[in-house]
Amino acid sequence: MNPLTAGLGLKPQHYEEALACPAAGLWFEVHPENYLVDGGPRLRCLEAIRARHPVALHGVALSLAADHPPDDAHLARLRALAVRIEPAIVSEHLAWSAWRGAYYPDLLPFPRTSEALARIAANVGIAQDALGCRIAIENPSHYLSIEGHDWDEIAFLGELVRRTGCGLLLDVNNVHVSAANLGFDAGAYIDAFPGEAVVEVHLAGHSRDPLLGDALLVDSHDAPVAEAVWALHERLVARIGARPTLIERDDRLPLFGELLSERERAHRALAFDLAEAA
Amino acid sequence: MSLAAFQDAFAHALLASREDARAPLASLVAQPAFAVYRNTVMKSCVDALEANFPAVARLVGEAWFRAAAAEYVAGEPPREPSLLAYGATFPAFLAGFAPAAELPYLADVARLDRCWSESHVAADAPVLRAQDLVGVDTAVLADAKLEPHPAARWAFFADAPIRSIWSANRGTEAPEGEIAWRGEGVLLTRPDSAVVWGALDAGACTFLDECARGGSVAAAMDAALAADGDADPARIAATLIDAGAFARLVAPATDRAL
Repeated sequence: MNPLTAGLGLKPQHYEEALACPAAGLWFEVHPENYLVDGGPRLRCLEAIRARHPVALHGVALSLAADHPPDDAHLARLRALAVRIEPAIVSEHLAWSAWRGAYYPDLLPFPRTSEALARIAANVGIAQDALGCRIAIENPSHYLSIEGHDWDEIAFLGELVRRTGCGLLLDVNNVHVSAANLGFDAGAYIDAFPGEAVVEVHLAGHSRDPLLGDALLVDSHDAPVAEAVWALHERLVARIGARPTLIERDDRLPLFGELLSERERAHRALAFDLAEAA
Repeated sequence: MSLAAFQDAFAHALLASREDARAPLASLVAQPAFAVYRNTVMKSCVDALEANFPAVARLVGEAWFRAAAAEYVAGEPPREPSLLAYGATFPAFLAGFAPAAELPYLADVARLDRCWSESHVAADAPVLRAQDLVGVDTAVLADAKLEPHPAARWAFFADAPIRSIWSANRGTEAPEGEIAWRGEGVLLTRPDSAVVWGALDAGACTFLDECARGGSVAAAMDAALAADGDADPARIAATLIDAGAFARLVAPATDRAL
């Protein structure tokens, strides 16, 4: 089987083209929350895609950074989906979204205290045990200046890996957006990121806040990957080598062919590195 | 500040309609960037409702829909991580929503959008076919139970042509001609892959209700006649079977398929 190179998010309007696409190294990613159903055509489509291509599950709602254990029922449904789909990679976010019985469909920030680290490590452990596999945790996009961090993000993630054996999902666009919003050096972050633990990479587009313009970049996933992000990706691959890389586009979807072209650029960079390493 | 205290304050501020300068995290919430989270949460919830209630959205237009949805979200945020199921109480909200008073059928159209969503994600199961009943003795059949298919949903609306209104706003084609103003029923099934629907009269609806309650075929036939004196219960059963409304015929005592 071809190693995974560059992948695309699976969107319902592109199901048929995705199914038919013969590109080498192509894989697809979905949010499992869209497939936690009992049956029906949605699940059948996913299984058909899976029969032809590797599929990764990128969870958005497990709320690993909430100060309570992850929801048992949600974990059980995730596990059932994973058993059915046999995903190539399972990932989640360094964020919280469920709190006191309500679910907030976003990825919410928190102060990186030692208390938070302990809680998140415990939650990652619970999730990995329930799912029976290693999960990859994604670095967040930052918009707020939060006080009270005990740890910088790189150290926090490194320690999380050490305590739980989890993997990391490096979202290069999130680094670019966060660096612009909080005023740190994106290149230095990319250089310091724990390379061995990186299981997957995300590339995505971003936009400027309608009111604040360049002062606030938003991780909107509604545009092509910016050149600055491609440059950071190149820098990363040069240091740690090729990893499965997803082109994330969730809004203002273009034709499948356009996404495939963007994917092709990532694929070429990765395939080149894989060939060099061989 | 503990993690829990931070999360309490943040969550409260996310859905708050007014900023409270004395609240914990007030300075954090006052940062312009806090709006990104507030907006994303609201947009995700409203997008989910628009996806889950497309006939309602088409009837009232996007602007009206999104404004109504935002009010609903503020009062009843999601409680589950799967937004596919969000909006169970949206039909009831619309029924009591003053700006919707001019459209008294809107809540019922929302109920049908909900029925479609439930059918779409329901468990897979084989559909009971007429040929499966060949050779079953009539007396045995009378006592047996017809088990509705997991993807079957039905409703009868006595006062308005809800099925026609809903159906006309569900697809991409423009509605044909005028809709006659009389009561209508609808049956949604998923015999193959896609959810399909058709007309259902009051007798057939009552028949299905009785089957869903676990009543026997005989009891369902009686119920249909009680609802509609002109009903032909045997014909109702045959039509419903052909539409894919049932998964199994089960023996009364053993609960096993016949």
